[in-house]
Amino acid sequence: MSRGTATERVVPTPLVVSSRQRRLVAGDRVFEGLAVGAAIVILLIAAVFVLALFVPALPAITKFGFGFLTSSTWDPVRLQFGALPAIYGTLLTSAIGLLIAFPIGIGAALFLAEEARLGLLRGPLSFAVELLAGIPSVVIGLWAFFILTPLMRDNVDPFLSHTLGFLPFFQGSASGYGFLTAGVVLAIMVLPILIALSRDVIRAVPRSLREASLALGATKAETVWSVVLPYARVGITGAVLLALGRALGETIAVTMVIGNRPQITASLYAQGYTLPSVIANEFTEAVGNLYQGALFELGLILVLITIIVNVAARILVWRFTGSAPVRV
Amino acid sequence: MNRLLLRIALDRLVTGAIVLCVMVAAVPVLVLLLFVLIKGLPGMLAPGFFTDPPHPVGVPGGGVANAIIGTLEIVGIGSLLAVPFGALVGIFLSEFGRNRLGDTVRFVSDVLTGLPSIAFGIFGYTILVATLHHFSAISASVALAVLMLPVILRTTETALVLVPQSLREAGLALGAPRWRVTLEIVVPAALGGIVTGALLAMARAAGETAPLLFTTLGNEFVQVNPLQPMGALSLTVFKNALVPYANLQDQAWAAALLLVMLVAITNLLARIYIRRIQR
Repeated sequence: MSRGTATERVVPTPLVVSSRQRRLVAGDRVFEGLAVGAAIVILLIAAVFVLALFVPALPAITKFGFGFLTSSTWDPVRLQFGALPAIYGTLLTSAIGLLIAFPIGIGAALFLAEEARLGLLRGPLSFAVELLAGIPSVVIGLWAFFILTPLMRDNVDPFLSHTLGFLPFFQGSASGYGFLTAGVVLAIMVLPILIALSRDVIRAVPRSLREASLALGATKAETVWSVVLPYARVGITGAVLLALGRALGETIAVTMVIGNRPQITASLYAQGYTLPSVIANEFTEAVGNLYQGALFELGLILVLITIIVNVAARILVWRFTGSAPVRV
Repeated sequence: MNRLLLRIALDRLVTGAIVLCVMVAAVPVLVLLLFVLIKGLPGMLAPGFFTDPPHPVGVPGGGVANAIIGTLEIVGIGSLLAVPFGALVGIFLSEFGRNRLGDTVRFVSDVLTGLPSIAFGIFGYTILVATLHHFSAISASVALAVLMLPVILRTTETALVLVPQSLREAGLALGAPRWRVTLEIVVPAALGGIVTGALLAMARAAGETAPLLFTTLGNEFVQVNPLQPMGALSLTVFKNALVPYANLQDQAWAAALLLVMLVAITNLLARIYIRRIQR
């Protein structure tokens, strides 16, 4: 569908070429040239984009080499930089976010795609999900900073310590800022994209499969569990990966609640750092080529990770629904 | 019989769980909007909120005039750069893009869509701030323009592809050259989709913060020159939230409310427009 079904050249070559016809053909040449030129400019912009991320990172790349990825020291004063704490924080917060969002998102998507009995609710709920997708991340960050962090500190964290405190993840003092809170914020932020994409994937499951299952006497829930979900598995994996791509790169809201401390701990209450939040937090105060270069290299790592995740996701979703997800 | 009852009960249980999921998913939206409304409205109705620049720390009152002008101007210039160009690439994809070049452009634009927004800020910094040696609103506009491009060109393509082939053939049969058929028949027929895409891209750009941090930087004073640092609503929210002054924090909530309203109105316009076109 989304592949261009462009007009083939339906204009036959005229036998007698008048000056007017020549003008018409010239106009088409110019037009096509303009369009192709614009397309090439887009590719150039993308190339410049890559260079703009790569070249300023060179001082750090040449100085630290691969050690940058494995060093856990981030000390701007001594000009020692390692990306490991930020990579750890990025992966950990995204994982928490997806763990929370996945069951809720799939459930909500099933409701929107499958459930006919409470159809009245569907319109407002779809609207609410789209509304959430449109709320700027800085607003979600503001809300999380003032409302969610006290809630986590005073209620959620103590409760988790009380019930699951024997696990290393839920030990230590809770300030409200840290990995867990950032994970919850990310869960809220990836929910809309997860719901919208999974809904489309679930809707793309052939109706006849559902009917066959129901005709065999399976209940609705059994049909969903043993027919719909297995069929949609590949597409849902793609949706989860796209949500992961969004979570990995989320900057502002996470910066406001992560605590901004470069450390690696098992405790989810601990304050940490993520790749984008280091950049957002320290960029304007970074002096010197090396410090700036280290921040640029963090950006480069982030971009590489998100590109890999996104390309994998798009291939999966595209293979499933037959068209690339345009709206995301 | 007993087993059947069990299965039916399980079915009901699953349905209940699914409904619960929807409720849980919808709660954050309501809570969020409620808080922004309650905490932001008093600040928004305070005198001078729309007309005054921020007052120095410790002086009560003040507004966000600098940020309102900044957001409108930065997004406006960004849209002027991105919309015509993005639409042209969309035309290429739909009318001339069934080839290697078209597939490459689609792939590149999909990759751009997935990039974290902070990457666009770094891009704007490297190509305009570092080269001109000072922060400027125009570098933010360029960063946002690149961020908007993929959305605009893919929605334009989708809208153009949906125009019936017979319309194109009718135009060509009348002897019109291809460019006139495209610009005077195909594009007008798909205008609803194109405008919607542009509005959605603008709404997204207006809410972005990360690309602005190291391009336009922020400015406490009203500034209209795009070559100078400029304030923006999202920057006001971000910066005022993190300072320990109650009146500035109130202003952050009010600015957040204004930002949400701006984004919501743009989204609403897009919906209304597409509905009117479809009629």
